[in-house]
Amino acid sequence: MSVPQVELKNMTKRFGANLALNNVSLLIRSGTVHALLGENGAGKSTLVKCLVGFYHPDEGHIQVDGREHRLNSPKDADALGIGMVYQHFTLVPSMTVAQNLVVSGARLPAYINWQSELRRLAEVTKKLPFHVPLDVRVSQLSAGEKQKAEIVKQLYLGRKLLILDEPTSVLTPAEADEVLGHVRSLTRAGELSAILISHKFHEVRRFADDVTVLRRGASVRTGAVADLTDDALAEAMIGEPVSKIVQHAPKSPPKSDIILSISDLRVNGDNGLPAVKDLSLEVRAGEIVGIAGVSGNGQLELVEALMGQRDRSGTIAVSGSSFNGTRLEIARLGVYGLPQEPLKNACIDRMSLAENLALRNFDRVPLCRGIAMNYGALAEQAERLVAQFRVKAPSLTASMSTLSGGNVQRAVLARELTQDVRLLVASNPTFGLDFVACEETYRRIVEARNGGAAVLLISEDLDELLGLVDRVLVMSAGRIVHEVSAEGADKRVIGKYMAGMKAA
Amino acid sequence: MSSISGIEPVPSKPLVTAAQLSVALPVLAVLLASAVFAAFVALSGQNPATVFGLIVQGGFGSSFAWQDTLSRAAPLVLVGLAVAIPAQAGLVIIGGEGALVLGGLAGAVVTLPFAGVHALPMQLLMLLAGALIGGLWFGLAGVLRQYRGVNETISSLLLSYIGIAVFHHLTEGMLRDPASLDKPSTHPIDPSHMLPTLPGVGVHAGLAVSLLLAIAAHVVLRYTRWGFALRVVGGSARVARMIGLAVNRWILGASVVAGGMAGIAGAIEVAAVQGTANSSLIVGYGYSGILVAFLARHQPLAIVAVALLIGGMQASASLLQRRLGLPDATMLVFQGLIFVCVLVADAIAQQLRETTRR
Repeated sequence: MSVPQVELKNMTKRFGANLALNNVSLLIRSGTVHALLGENGAGKSTLVKCLVGFYHPDEGHIQVDGREHRLNSPKDADALGIGMVYQHFTLVPSMTVAQNLVVSGARLPAYINWQSELRRLAEVTKKLPFHVPLDVRVSQLSAGEKQKAEIVKQLYLGRKLLILDEPTSVLTPAEADEVLGHVRSLTRAGELSAILISHKFHEVRRFADDVTVLRRGASVRTGAVADLTDDALAEAMIGEPVSKIVQHAPKSPPKSDIILSISDLRVNGDNGLPAVKDLSLEVRAGEIVGIAGVSGNGQLELVEALMGQRDRSGTIAVSGSSFNGTRLEIARLGVYGLPQEPLKNACIDRMSLAENLALRNFDRVPLCRGIAMNYGALAEQAERLVAQFRVKAPSLTASMSTLSGGNVQRAVLARELTQDVRLLVASNPTFGLDFVACEETYRRIVEARNGGAAVLLISEDLDELLGLVDRVLVMSAGRIVHEVSAEGADKRVIGKYMAGMKAA
Repeated sequence: MSSISGIEPVPSKPLVTAAQLSVALPVLAVLLASAVFAAFVALSGQNPATVFGLIVQGGFGSSFAWQDTLSRAAPLVLVGLAVAIPAQAGLVIIGGEGALVLGGLAGAVVTLPFAGVHALPMQLLMLLAGALIGGLWFGLAGVLRQYRGVNETISSLLLSYIGIAVFHHLTEGMLRDPASLDKPSTHPIDPSHMLPTLPGVGVHAGLAVSLLLAIAAHVVLRYTRWGFALRVVGGSARVARMIGLAVNRWILGASVVAGGMAGIAGAIEVAAVQGTANSSLIVGYGYSGILVAFLARHQPLAIVAVALLIGGMQASASLLQRRLGLPDATMLVFQGLIFVCVLVADAIAQQLRETTRR
């Protein structure tokens, strides 16, 4: 089976009144990597879901090698050799890679002859540039190896067009280079075509041949990557000229007073094993300290311990007083947070927007006198914050889950940053947000810093981190393994520490 | 401003608001259950119209029927609250029966040494003892959940069986009145300590107690910072911890108060109806309370209305038996049908919400 040329023609898809795809055409030339760029909600995933048979387009059709095909289910896509690698892993963690590959086959016999299956598997995988240990349980693989195993699975299943949905979001820069490099060389060798969904320009530039930019369901720009500048791509994505990704405010020398001081912090993960090991760090007033690291190296546990959501040992002090996350301490010491996925981690989805805006001060005057709530004052506060932070919502009493992601984030920013913030803990605060909401989040974080707050910023996005922080700490396997000021930071060195290739 | 409004569409208002849905769903569920129940009685050879007529007559057709209905509604309101209050905190506690019988037992024995003492303090003491023991019983489920990770729905249900067993053990053993021959009971309380009848209504004062508690629960949940905090805890323990609420304490508090409600229900049954703790307490009020709370969507004032409905249905059971020879369990079938329909309606509503969000 040669590598097919796949073409999507005039695809339109509506969800109710919402036009998710508006007459989008896309040509994936045989043996190339075609990148799909676009903000969240631009229609990228709707488009590829049509291509793998999950959705059925209202108009338009799919051509493979010039022949029109109707994809009624993922099985039809499978028959055409179209497969998808998801952002999150789909292998069974408790099984070995080999077992995963064998059971992924569409037609499994009732009795599996493991001996012969494994022999056949070894034959197939030997020819691939990817080296994945076959007899190791998936749960013991690193994120990069898992991602490779996912791709190996697709190749083992004989897929000729691979759709990669933000495949590097959980990988270190080195792992990302390796995985995408292999995909690229397979396409060059004419064994594969690929669609790469990404929002990292440098990935697109290095690994893709063609690019199509989607915005609000329409294809707004398409062409060879080499012919388009980053600025042109960014402009197409957001629909207006880009000023600058991050307006890094002029640095003022950090003040001397230490706001956050953590020493010998130990926290267990959900599995009961130590996730944060004897961690110590300090953040001063007026500085942003970034924690870089691949997800799953203890950052989540660190943040949860800091916010009082998880048991710990060791000391956490804010402005010299011990901090355990009680309401009294939060208000007195000014500790606030911007968690990732704010709808889930900072809001009560079934309570109203106004109530969510009051989570920090619902039990204080003027919202509450004695034990009696004053819902009039609560609504007034909400009205003020919504206007100030330009939150868009059907109404103040609409439940939080009816707001879009960007507006949920604006509401959380409004609630957290209008307090007397002396320590701000931001954890992947822009994860899953669109361009405009990201910008605003960055701006507000920098403003808080300039207002004298100490900021601890945990992020898996190294570019985001280096654009914002004054000092970088690298976290790996529960420890701080590297520290460098933002000016002296070298991405490659940080990447090596992130990957655990260098010990402290 | 313009650039932002261009990119962030304002979500359109849903066709039906959540408030409308919360009324419509239980009503639809009851209608559907009634249809199935009509088919059921038709199959057993009765005219559904006659049956429904008798239910209305037996529950609400005369002052005697109303008295029966109201005296059944009193404990149903309280065990309904025992489910609804923890539900605000995100708990599904269904062990009201256990807390009710143990609360009744506590109420029955606590005043025995004080025969002849002035009535009012003794009546309050009975209710308090019931509340304490019931609260302790639900508190156990709360502790098991928060500190040992045991699912509170299962533990409360199993604790209920243990509670009933303890009740039997004590009423048939060390607390048994030797004079109670065919029906093991505790010593009867001083007749002057029995709860009085409400003037003009002909129903015992326990009805007033349960109504007052339902109103109190409504006010606390709706208009105080405690209710607000409880809803935050119920909405997301993670977020509650982030904003500094002591989640364990709130969960335990809600469990204990809820158990107290069920315990008071038991104490009222003893102090107003039975006069002793005996197996007549174990008639399934605790389980009916689950239905009451779910049908009322855990809203205290709605619980009062639903308790009247279910109380009336239960009151009509004997009329159905006498007039049509339908077995006693017919009403249980109806109740069960309603419960299943409510759960199905809830599940469908949940699914609708999720698909519209996408």
